[in-house]
Amino acid sequence: MIRMLHRWPALIALAFITTLAISGAILALFPALEAAATPAAQPNQTVAELAAKALALHPQLDQIRRAPSGKITLWWFEGNTAASAVFDPVAGQDAGSADTPALQTWMTEFHRALFLGDKGRWVTAVAALAMLVLAVTGSLLVAARMGGWSKWFARTNGPLSSRLHTELSRVAVLGLGISALTALWMTASTFGYLNVEPATPLFPATLSGRTGLSPADMPALQSIFVTDLHDLTLPAVGDVNDVLTLTTHAGSGYVDQGTGQMLAWADAGVMAQVEEWVYLLHTGQGAALWGLIMGLMVLAVPALAVTGVIIWAKGRASRKLGRLSGAVGAAQADCVILVGSEGGATWGFAATLARALQGANLRVHMASLSSLSPQRYFAARQIIVLMSTWGDGAAPSSAKGAIERLTGAAPKAALAVLGFGDTNFANFCGYATEFNAKAQSTGWHSLLPMATINRQSPQEFARWGQDLGAAMRLDFVLDHQPAKLPTTALTLVSRRDYGQAAQAPAAILRFALPKSTLWQRVTRTGFAGFQAGDLLAIVPKGESLPRYYSLSSGKRDGFVEIAVRKVQGGVCSTLLMNLAVGQTIDAALHENPAFRLDRAKNPLIVIGAGTGIGPLVGFARAQGLRRPIHMWFGARAPETDFLYGEELEEWYHSGQLAGLTCAFSRSGPKTYVQDALRQDAADLRDLVRRGAKVMVCGGREMAQGVQAALAEALAPLGLTPAQLKVQGRYVEDVY
Amino acid sequence: MNPITTPLLMTAALTTALAAPSIAFARPVTLTLNMADYGGRGAYLAIYLTDAAGAYAGSLWMAGGKAKYYRHLSDWARLTGGDPAQVDGITGPSVGAGGTLELTMDVSDALFDAGYTLHVDAAVEEMRDSPNEIFLPLDSANSGNAVQGRLYIADFAAAY
Repeated sequence: MIRMLHRWPALIALAFITTLAISGAILALFPALEAAATPAAQPNQTVAELAAKALALHPQLDQIRRAPSGKITLWWFEGNTAASAVFDPVAGQDAGSADTPALQTWMTEFHRALFLGDKGRWVTAVAALAMLVLAVTGSLLVAARMGGWSKWFARTNGPLSSRLHTELSRVAVLGLGISALTALWMTASTFGYLNVEPATPLFPATLSGRTGLSPADMPALQSIFVTDLHDLTLPAVGDVNDVLTLTTHAGSGYVDQGTGQMLAWADAGVMAQVEEWVYLLHTGQGAALWGLIMGLMVLAVPALAVTGVIIWAKGRASRKLGRLSGAVGAAQADCVILVGSEGGATWGFAATLARALQGANLRVHMASLSSLSPQRYFAARQIIVLMSTWGDGAAPSSAKGAIERLTGAAPKAALAVLGFGDTNFANFCGYATEFNAKAQSTGWHSLLPMATINRQSPQEFARWGQDLGAAMRLDFVLDHQPAKLPTTALTLVSRRDYGQAAQAPAAILRFALPKSTLWQRVTRTGFAGFQAGDLLAIVPKGESLPRYYSLSSGKRDGFVEIAVRKVQGGVCSTLLMNLAVGQTIDAALHENPAFRLDRAKNPLIVIGAGTGIGPLVGFARAQGLRRPIHMWFGARAPETDFLYGEELEEWYHSGQLAGLTCAFSRSGPKTYVQDALRQDAADLRDLVRRGAKVMVCGGREMAQGVQAALAEALAPLGLTPAQLKVQGRYVEDVY
Repeated sequence: MNPITTPLLMTAALTTALAAPSIAFARPVTLTLNMADYGGRGAYLAIYLTDAAGAYAGSLWMAGGKAKYYRHLSDWARLTGGDPAQVDGITGPSVGAGGTLELTMDVSDALFDAGYTLHVDAAVEEMRDSPNEIFLPLDSANSGNAVQGRLYIADFAAAY
């Protein structure tokens, strides 16, 4: 619901909000320019002194106005000619033109009304309202994603567009919210819906009838400092029925030109003072630094617009995959599929499952998890729940309240829960686990144990499908295609083979860098902007599921490189292992932002085994001597599968690798990489104490072993791998 | 800018002091106001009458729709307490630099040659206020004569 309230106002008002943000950011520069050009004020100068100085310079002085920036403008006549200037209150001299820069006037008119008069003012007000809605709903989404308001500035994960969107918005939202609120206030006051007018004093019934007293001698002006002045209008020359009109921060009044006494006064009123603050907050006039900060914050809007549209477009593509034809009502279904999804990707998996079950002649009902109502599923034999976890273990939007709906008698149907998440988050599949535990304790029957899918892996989903099919005594294949991969033909230019003798062949395959389109080069997508740690998706001919290989090179290296081990019966690895130099393979680039080098300079602990060495080598190659990299690497034997052995030794001697520890499981004193970590616990502690980041790449079991070894090593520091994960200092790429 | 022509039936719009008891005792007045090229945003203009004693007698027209800015028409605001009700129903858009405002209205016979004076206050955003920029006694001799303004108004004439 909140997501919808965020998405639609954004898409509708996008162009207007962006336009207003850019013009607003430009306007934010003017108060700073004005402040820089304004002559310094004299502390504690009274309005009496100021007016006397100004009158000495211009005997036909008409009006003095002080802008919130401190700029004092004089207007006077010379004979019948009107004149004006900025005034230097210390020197008592004119100090330049009083005219507003033409660009400022033009930009102000554009920003407030798009040159469309009152209609334009309403358009901009609606845009401001939309921005306010976006700021509020966006804040709620950020809080939900980060796992609470207290974690507002916690580290973000996920694709670049979504990370940028979150990171920019959580800083900028303050400025955007204030801009929008103050804009709405100003619209309301301009159109008279708020009465912000300072009260007008009643004109005095009698005046002294005298004229000619110098402002310097006027008691009413002697008690007011220039810093409080808004405006002083002098009487028409020789008009005994006229008065001085004084307006200050506090209110306005009439001063007798013969006696200098305040004849009438009216306080400005609370609303007028609030109006002043609103004006200051919105325009930065009188608070130049604030204006610049606001200007910077609203400059985030164009970037938020672009990233927001990308997020929406990606989500829409996956939501399309979730459409299901031939679905039946909740009461008729043999099988009920319930989906808890935030971005929409899980719907795609659910639709794949639903179509497979329909293919097995089942009547399927598919709905969002928040609609869970066990009492309505009269015919159901299975209830299958597919649920992503939002951020740090929170419920995704289409699963809100599902756990609370698990009350009452358990249904006859058996339950299967599948959680989708990211192992890089501390609370992997937290909400799904919680849901499953609650269902168990309420007495629900279990169709098969709860399973999890890491980072939307179609392979893991297919494997789970086999288990599900076995439990349901059905024969189907879950062949989930997230989206048709836009593949490119890669030509193999060289290969280095390992492990032939040990019957465990592995190879380093290097492909030529393919040509990128102009669009890819501009947006740095596809093969135009990849880094070591990103994934190469390869779809073997006749297969539908891609296999993913970690890249051990980046765009800058000028080639595309992966490390492959032959898997028994593996279609893709066989294909790759048999590829000859000069042959091509169809592949696509899959960004893996969670497992890339960041730009920090703290030490890196990289830990890998087998072909998991690939991206780690890529990091060392990309870093040069910029950052100390300490590597722990596990292989079977130095003579069979020490992938990249030559480079690693060379880099170790040249200092490009600050540390290199190899563990061989089938040679010498048989050790695994986790054993090596235990031996080097003191070194690891020292590195972590110095702020090191840990990056682990390899198989699932090895990653678990590494995590256990590090937990032991770090215990004396009072640190756990889980804590490091939360700080973004422990990332894994596990396959 | 195109001239703004506003035919007005003053009987409905004006305060009772100015209203003609019946159309037979009123005469049509045409006000023509040409703005100077003062190089700013649209000007707010208050056109109003004072009696022989200088007291406020009523408003004829307000160019400018937002009451928030009326206090800058400072003489008018001083005389009326800035009361927007004084210009209810006789308000039009502000008049841009170089523009023309043309108004036709019926004004009670009793106001001519009786010491009443017609005033125009003007104000422009970010520029100085110009109260009483035009003042023209409603005497038969002044009919049709153009009066020069000081700041924002090039000239003004009332024909009756």
